[in-house]
Amino acid sequence: MRASEQIPGQVNPAWPARLHVVTGKGGTGKTTVAAALALGLAAGGRRTLLVEVEGRQGIAELFGLGPLPYEERRVAGTPDGGEVRALAVDAELALLEYLDMFYKLGAAGRALRKFGAIDFATTIAPGLRDVLLTGKVKEATTRTVDRRRVYHAVVLDAPPTGRIGRFLNVTAETARLAKVGPIKTQSENVATLLRSPMTAVHVVTLLEEMPVQETVDAIADLDALGIPIGKVIVNATRPPLLTGTKVNQAELRRGLAAAGLATDRATVSGLYAEAKAYLTRHELEESLRVELAELGEPMVELPLLPGGVDRAALDTLAAELLGTQ
Amino acid sequence: MDRILADPGVRIVVCCGSGGVGKTTTAAALALRAAERHGRRTVVLTIDPARRLAQSLGLTELDNTPRQVKGIEADESGGELHAMMLDMKRTFDEVVLAHTDPTRAAEIFANPFYQAMSSTFSGTQEYMAMEKLGQLHARGEWDLIVVDTPPSRSALDFLDAPARLSRFLDGRMLRLLLAPARAGGRSMFSLVTASFGMFSRVVQKVLGAQLLTDLSGFVAALDSMFGGFRQRAEQTYRILQARETAFLLVAAPEPDAVREAAYFAGRLGEERMPLAGLVLNRVHRTTAEGLSAERSRAAAEELERSGGFGAAADALRVHAALAEQATRERRVAAVFTDAYPAVPTVEVAAQPADVHDVDGLRTVGDALSQP
Repeated sequence: MRASEQIPGQVNPAWPARLHVVTGKGGTGKTTVAAALALGLAAGGRRTLLVEVEGRQGIAELFGLGPLPYEERRVAGTPDGGEVRALAVDAELALLEYLDMFYKLGAAGRALRKFGAIDFATTIAPGLRDVLLTGKVKEATTRTVDRRRVYHAVVLDAPPTGRIGRFLNVTAETARLAKVGPIKTQSENVATLLRSPMTAVHVVTLLEEMPVQETVDAIADLDALGIPIGKVIVNATRPPLLTGTKVNQAELRRGLAAAGLATDRATVSGLYAEAKAYLTRHELEESLRVELAELGEPMVELPLLPGGVDRAALDTLAAELLGTQ
Repeated sequence: MDRILADPGVRIVVCCGSGGVGKTTTAAALALRAAERHGRRTVVLTIDPARRLAQSLGLTELDNTPRQVKGIEADESGGELHAMMLDMKRTFDEVVLAHTDPTRAAEIFANPFYQAMSSTFSGTQEYMAMEKLGQLHARGEWDLIVVDTPPSRSALDFLDAPARLSRFLDGRMLRLLLAPARAGGRSMFSLVTASFGMFSRVVQKVLGAQLLTDLSGFVAALDSMFGGFRQRAEQTYRILQARETAFLLVAAPEPDAVREAAYFAGRLGEERMPLAGLVLNRVHRTTAEGLSAERSRAAAEELERSGGFGAAADALRVHAALAEQATRERRVAAVFTDAYPAVPTVEVAAQPADVHDVDGLRTVGDALSQP
C-alpha cells in the first residue's frame, strides 16, 4: 500500500509505531535519517514531530535554521499538506515545566533556575535528566486534542548506540534514586510506553565494522531490556560498480586502448589498484551486510547522496524509507 | 608528525575530534610509531576502542592500568609501548580514596548518588579521562602519553566537562545543601535561601524524602574532597596549556566532522592550548590523476555500448566514482584549511578494510608521517 493511500489516523503498515526512536553510532547519519523519516511519515497531510534531546541543534543545522528554542515549531512541509514540527528538548526547561504542572512554581521556579538548582539536580542525577527528556517525548507522542492525536508520529533523534540502552531504561536509573513520588510514576509510565508496540527503535548503521558491531550490541541490549526493535537502516550504500568479471592488467590495457584512452603504465596500474581496493572494500561490505541480515530484523537500505544533505536529499531518503519513490 | 613524536619536549599528545573519525586508531598508531621509531617509552590511553583493535594491543580487559604491548618492533630503538583502557568508575573510586579516609570512602561508595554519578556518561567520562591523564603525567615514568578522547556528542565536551563537573562539585549549591541553617542567617541570601528551602520541599515532594537524605549524605561525605577535585582539574588544565602538550584534531573529510574540527581549533585558540595539526583520516585519492571522472565514465559507457571489455569498463567506473569522491572531499576539507591555513594537515588514505592489528597501525603510522 502506498503511504498516500492510507486512511488518516492509521499508522503506516511499514512503520507501525507512533514513537520512532532513531539511534546509531556517531557519524552514521542518524539525525538525517530521523529527519527523513519524520518527513516521510508526514506525507499525506499528516503532522509529525521530530525531537532532539542532546542539545546539539542538529535539526536546525539540517534544515538550515537558527537554533531551535524549547518549543514545537514547524520546520518543513510536504507538497500534500503534511507538516514536520521540531522540538529541541532541554532538560532544565522540561523539569521546570514539569514542576510547574504539578506544583505551580511560577517566579520561584525561575529563581531556582537562575540559582543553578535545576542544573544541579539534572547533573547530579543523569538518570533524572533522561526521565525528563523521555517524559517530554512520551507526552508529545500521546498528546491529544479533542480526542485526536496531535502527532501522527513522533521521531526521536536519540543518543548514539553506546548510550541508548541506558537512556531508554529509565526505570532502572530512577529506581536507584527515587523510590516514591511523581518522578517514579512518570518513569514507570515512560517505561510502559517504551516497551509497548507504540514504540520502535531503529538502528542506523554504515557498512563498516565498528557501526555494524555497535548495531549488533545495541540490538542485543535493547532485546534484553524488552524494548521493541524496528528496523536496521543501512545508510550511505553505493550501488555495486563491478559486474563480476575479474580484471587483469592486460585486459585493462586493451580496454583503455579501445576507448581511446592513454595506456601508460601509471594509468593502467593505477586503475588496476583502484579496482582491486574497491573489490576488497566491496567484499567486506557484503560480509557486513550478511552479518546484519543474520540479526533477523527488517532492513532498509538508503543510498549515499554524494551532494550532501539538503531538502531534496531528505525527500529522496524519505521516499526510500517509505517505499514510495 | 615524526617531528612531534621525536621531540623530547612533547610529553602529551591529545587526539580529539567528533565520533567515528578514527581517533582511537590514530592515537594507537602514533603511540606505536613513537615507541618503534623514536625509542620513546610511550603509553596510549584509550577510552572505548573497537574490540579487535583492543585485542591486538593485548587489552583483553578493562583494568585501568597500563599493560605493555608485546610483539612490537622496538628492539633497535629501545622504546616501549604500553596501552590502557579507561575504567571510569574505578578512576573515580581512586580519586575518592586518595582524598578521604577509608570510612568516608565506604560511605561514599554506598551512596546511590555516587553510584549514579560515577557510572553514567554525563561529563564523568571526560573528567575521569583528564584525571587519568593527570595521574599518568604526575608519575613521570612516561616519555610520551598519547590520549584518545571520549566519544562525546561534541569534541568540545572534553574541554568543558571537567570544568563543569569541578565547578559543580565545588559549587554553592552543594555548600547550601550542606548547611542550609548556616546560610539562612544571612539576609543577603534570603531570597535565594527562600527559594532553596522551597526547592528542597519540592524535591522532597517530587523525588521523596529518602532521595534528599541520600543527596545530603553524598554531599556531606564529599565535602572534604571539594578543594581537591577543583585543584586537580585545574592542574590538568594547565598541563594541557603547556608547551609539552600537542593537540591533534582528527577528522574525516565529511562536512560534520570538519565543521567540528574547525570549532575545536577555535576553542583551542581561545584557551591558549597548543594545536599541532589536523589529521584527515579516510581520505580517498586516485592513483591515476591524469584521467578525469567525466572522461573515465564516458569511456566506460562507450566500452559497454561496443561490447566486450566488461572488466575494463568496471575499472573505469570505479575510477570515476573515486575521482568524484576525491574532489568532493577536497572541497569539504577546504572549509578547515581555508579557516586555519597555518595549521599543518596530514592526510591518511582510506584503507580498503578496517585496521585491527599492529601491522595495520604501522601502515597508518607511516601515512601519518608523510611530509
